Amino acid sequence: MTDANQQMVEQYRNNFLREVEDNVEEGEWVKMCMQCGVCSGSCPLGPHWDHPPQELFMMIRAGKRDEVLQSSSMWMCTSCYNCIVRCPRELPITHIMHGLAHYAMRLGIAPKEQPTNKFANLFWKNLSKTGRVNELKLGLSLYFMNGIGEGIKTSLKMQKIGLGMLMTKRLTPMELIGGHKCKGAGDLKKILKKAEELEAARIPVAGK
Amino acid sequence: MAKKSYSFYPGCSSQKAASASNYMVSVDSMCKTLDIELNEIPDWNCCSASIGYAGGGELPRLALSARNMAISEKEHPDQDIVATCAACWLATKETQERLHDDDNLMAETNQALAEAGLKVEGNQKIRHMVEVLIEDFGYEEMGKHVKKPLDGLKIAGYVGCQTNRPFGIDGESYENPKYLDKLVETMGAEPIENYDKKVSCCGGALAFSEPEKSQALIKDIIESAYDGGADMIVTPCPVCQMNVEVYQDHINQKYKTKFKMPVVYYSTLMSVAYGGSGKEAGLDGQIIKAKQLEEIASK
Repeated sequence: MTDANQQMVEQYRNNFLREVEDNVEEGEWVKMCMQCGVCSGSCPLGPHWDHPPQELFMMIRAGKRDEVLQSSSMWMCTSCYNCIVRCPRELPITHIMHGLAHYAMRLGIAPKEQPTNKFANLFWKNLSKTGRVNELKLGLSLYFMNGIGEGIKTSLKMQKIGLGMLMTKRLTPMELIGGHKCKGAGDLKKILKKAEELEAARIPVAGK
Repeated sequence: MAKKSYSFYPGCSSQKAASASNYMVSVDSMCKTLDIELNEIPDWNCCSASIGYAGGGELPRLALSARNMAISEKEHPDQDIVATCAACWLATKETQERLHDDDNLMAETNQALAEAGLKVEGNQKIRHMVEVLIEDFGYEEMGKHVKKPLDGLKIAGYVGCQTNRPFGIDGESYENPKYLDKLVETMGAEPIENYDKKVSCCGGALAFSEPEKSQALIKDIIESAYDGGADMIVTPCPVCQMNVEVYQDHINQKYKTKFKMPVVYYSTLMSVAYGGSGKEAGLDGQIIKAKQLEEIASK
């Protein structure tokens, strides 16, 4: 168990709902859920969730902390916003799912092998380096995120798509050396660092 | 109509030789015809789309879009911010909403921006290009510029998610928005009726991390277009365009289908209908060639 996680367990004891309300993005909405299940039925990847949103909301109220935060469920969110617009109580469900995923990551207890967790972290690293997404490096880091062997296999599988993108000038090998970036990437880093510090003063981060 | 000017947020995928560079080419051509001036926000940065949330907490993510808004306010104070990418539009609009709803977040965001000598108020209107077309021009005005109507083409208007939810286009429903069909009609083509995957999800960023699950969704989107007799699919979103176009070979292998459905942008259709060449319409950016549009463009 990480320090940050231990700190939160001790601080909130058995009140996981309060913990979510205080620390998870849009978490104060969770108690508004009336368990109708429209969100779960509206989700494009619904069948792949161990616990669909409606269930997660009840589990939060029931104090099932580990089951929720260690779940791969919220990492199934495609950000389609179907649940948000259909929720009769107008809960910002998409954002709560992102918030739960981030919070679990932040405390160091999210499932590490979950592919969307891995990809989403790669995406953030990629963009915060230069201020803009480097699509080629992002793609390559994605293919190789499970090691060299699988990376080569995936690269071969994706070869034709990559070639198609190159031929239509929607991808350039130049991205490997330099590539697109913000001139003010240094400024942006300062902004992000400050934002992270301010947030960390309110919500702990594992390993920091 | 007089020239209209906007503060423009192109986004990462619209850059030269990036995955939606062909979108940008057709947007430029469309804007030339409609006399739209797009003033790029100087040195804009990524909005972190809908997938930055793992590494980025709420405040750092808000700070990203806030930097763009702050620069826009300073450089193009009297203009609306316009984005062509669904995710860019959504992330920026969400940031605006969040900052206005929560004074603490606004204060902390400005504290972070101050590190680079910036300050955000967030009062500029944030709009998708499609909103600009519909609200500032209207179908009639858009139709006036058509030189080569796209006669005989049947097109599936795939609206997808993020230009439709949660904000959407004013006056449209979430379940069956009509604007893309109307736009197709305005360009002289025929929108397919009852396209039942019109607002379904293509998997978004999960097409990368969960390819099989996403490709199952994409398969249905293409199949439904074929069922309606479509010659091609049109979309307002760069992620939808890429996801629905580039995985068709993989889907064919897995599901024994024979898909070869071109997927274009609304601006591709408009550029061709406005008399643009194939190059101006970005047709050379199609991995699955839109042959019928090429023919019209070369006439």
